[in-house]
Amino acid sequence: MPDRPFTIDTFTSLDPKVPLGPLENKWSHFKNNSRLVSPSNRKNYHIIVVGTGLAGASAAASLAEQGYKVSTFCFQDSPRRAHSVAAQGGVNAMKNYQNDGDSVFRMFYDTLKGGDFRSREANVYRLAECSAHLIDQAVAQGVPFAREYSGYLANRSFGGVQVSRTFYARGQTGQQLLLGAYQAMMRQVGLGKIKSYSRHEMLDLVVEDGSAKGIIVRNLDTGMISRFAAHAVVLATGGFGKIYYLSTLAMGCNGTAIWRAHKRGALTACPSWTQIHPTCLPQSGTHQSKLTLMSESLRNDGRIWVPKQKNETRQAKDIPEEERDYYLERRYPSFGNLAPRDISSRAAKERIDAGYGVGKMKNAVYLDFKDAIAVQGLEVIKRKYGNLFDMYKKITDVNAYEEPMLISPAAHFSMGGLWVDYELGTNIPGLFAIGEANFSDHGANRLGANSLLQACVDGYYILPNTLPQYLASMDDKKLPVVESPEFDAAEEKIRNSLQQLLDIRGKRTVDDFHRQLGKILYDKCGLSRSAEELSKAIQEIDELMALFYRDVKVPGKQNEMNDELEKAGRVADYLEIGRQMCIDALSREESCGAHFREEYQTADGEALRDDKQFRFVSCWKYDKERPSLVKEALNFEFVTPSERSYK
Amino acid sequence: MKFELKIWRQPNPDAKGAFQKYSVKDISPDMSFLEMLDTLNEELILKGDPPVAFDHDCREGICGQCGVVINGRAHGPLDQTSTCQLHMRSFSEEKTITIEPFRAAAFPVKKDLKVDRSALDSIIAEGGFISVETGQAPEANTILIGSEQVEEAFDAASCIGCGACVASCKNASVALFTAAKISHLSKLPQGQLERNSRTKRMVQAMDKMGFGSCSNTGACEVECPQGISISHIAHMNKLYFRS
Repeated sequence: MPDRPFTIDTFTSLDPKVPLGPLENKWSHFKNNSRLVSPSNRKNYHIIVVGTGLAGASAAASLAEQGYKVSTFCFQDSPRRAHSVAAQGGVNAMKNYQNDGDSVFRMFYDTLKGGDFRSREANVYRLAECSAHLIDQAVAQGVPFAREYSGYLANRSFGGVQVSRTFYARGQTGQQLLLGAYQAMMRQVGLGKIKSYSRHEMLDLVVEDGSAKGIIVRNLDTGMISRFAAHAVVLATGGFGKIYYLSTLAMGCNGTAIWRAHKRGALTACPSWTQIHPTCLPQSGTHQSKLTLMSESLRNDGRIWVPKQKNETRQAKDIPEEERDYYLERRYPSFGNLAPRDISSRAAKERIDAGYGVGKMKNAVYLDFKDAIAVQGLEVIKRKYGNLFDMYKKITDVNAYEEPMLISPAAHFSMGGLWVDYELGTNIPGLFAIGEANFSDHGANRLGANSLLQACVDGYYILPNTLPQYLASMDDKKLPVVESPEFDAAEEKIRNSLQQLLDIRGKRTVDDFHRQLGKILYDKCGLSRSAEELSKAIQEIDELMALFYRDVKVPGKQNEMNDELEKAGRVADYLEIGRQMCIDALSREESCGAHFREEYQTADGEALRDDKQFRFVSCWKYDKERPSLVKEALNFEFVTPSERSYK
Repeated sequence: MKFELKIWRQPNPDAKGAFQKYSVKDISPDMSFLEMLDTLNEELILKGDPPVAFDHDCREGICGQCGVVINGRAHGPLDQTSTCQLHMRSFSEEKTITIEPFRAAAFPVKKDLKVDRSALDSIIAEGGFISVETGQAPEANTILIGSEQVEEAFDAASCIGCGACVASCKNASVALFTAAKISHLSKLPQGQLERNSRTKRMVQAMDKMGFGSCSNTGACEVECPQGISISHIAHMNKLYFRS
């Protein structure tokens, strides 16, 4: 196809660096054979960690404890505010405390299948393998996980699995795990081993002789641009779901760090794979800045339904039982309300699009606790979910103990991100990506309570073992200096691009452009996609990008605190990321996990995978017009990909 | 709905700030307070006026980055609600809404409604942790903790670090924030061993960072978006005298 908006690169080969041997020995094999840095030499190595969420803070703390010199950067005003803090429901771990048949292999298989067999076996196995220990460590740090009356740790279930392996701390598991990591990090700050830079945003990666040597940052309080050099750079900058404007993410979440690294040569992988979370508060008007998540844990006890009659006007309580369609229980009897997120979201969209939606804008479905309250009693439900019901009341002014919640799907998690190998290294030596910023363990759909897990496992267990091997293997061990032509050029480029945004002096605000981009992506590169709509989206984004550089209005100056300038830089990147997302979605002519192409579905509307042609990770090399696709084949040595059924 | 606003404007830390009046219209009662400020800012930008700088991030009440004083009250009129979780339905159109930054000597104003709260991080760095190295720990269920005990520790651990307690205190004391962390860790068996030294270091850090003393007025407890009780301050004081 001559007018295809991408090229295919068959020359580049990517080495995923998966150790040889049986699945269960791979990680031990790596650890047994990796090169180390002796304790007395570690202080000579400088490491930059960008982002201080669960992945970044845990990696920074772990590396500093080993003796490396670490600098951390975050755009928030404290490392503790990173968006890991907002994760509600829990963290999965294979402890089998419930004696209900859990095992490392089962957790590995659940996660691989949950991701629709679009992730590396070895990575996923390691995630399950390291999970049990994470709970031990979090408890030692003082994370107040829920307990039974006996004092033993409690569990609950999450979507896509048939065991109870989710550990939780009320509806604030992310907050408590993050505080554990933040406190470990601040302990090292107090000891002088970490230098923490809050309110600093990474604006460029500096690459010298093909290796990552440092970053350019802007102090968001003063506007000052400065340079930092290091032996290795770790990006732990989270997901970019905020690209959809309306999402469950924090306002500041962005894709700038990974995108700028991409433009310096790091490959992205499957950027269009976005998890649209089924249980969020629906949009209620045009003023809205975000869609609040209601934890998936609510689906343990809440039942999801819509009226059987189209355009229903009666209140929920007036609709008799036989006129309610519990569509998840109907379509997926063995998993019911705990079907995985991609499937639940699509099922909700199907009902809403068919005219069965409820609420003011007919854009929601009911999540009903009536039966759970009748069986378990109000007090039990209050104890389990009290803070979520309170939050619901604050936002909507509705008491969900008395009437069902209104929920709707919203953009939530980026499965895609920077491509990394088994050692969490990108294709640029010295540049690592951890947590949500990378593409690795979740494949085409992430299971609930696996994101906290992956962030922690990457930061506490994997990177502290893999990054030292890179340091030990470096030829030139002296610290790079910031007085180099590459640093000069990178800084110059950043100053110019900031000035370019300020000089446009157009008539539309940054948010206005962001909202329009978000709408294009929601409609055409969201829950369901098609070649026709994706091609249109690429064209619309191109037009929007051109308009942005003609008509955006960014007030103020460079050398001062300037919130609009920060946002403008992020939205400029979002426009480019959005374009690549559409190209990525267009190039994958199959449906898998969250990537649902209307052209490729089974007779009953389920995702139709094409393992013959698309059993690979789509990795992208930057090009402004036509990025090129590099394929990392996924070899399944230990399991056979099957049709992913939850019926 | 439409509202008259009186907002503190201060271009930088050294400038002398002042209140400025604005009016906003077409405000939906379902808008959050911060979305109302977004609306004002979009208007200001298009008019060529500098937008109001305010802190915010998650907008779901958990990151602790937002926080302003609204009509004299930190985080506004509702109990146990952070600024981002406040909606315009809680305000009546007749009254002017006055919006100011959190004020305390240890929280210098950076710009408009944004203040520097890094002193809170410094207090944590002095001892707000359990000194366990990452990557190793005994099996989690070897430490049994009663569910009530965990809940008690959790009540303290739920602090979001917004600093409303400081802003509400006439002495600008940070006792509630500090006590919440001390209580969280010392109420758990894992945190027992370092209890005394932690308390001592953190209490001394409060003074060093320029916060005032606690005189038990209880104002902090009233404004805390997480409803953290001042009983933790009593617990902290007990531990401090013991240490």
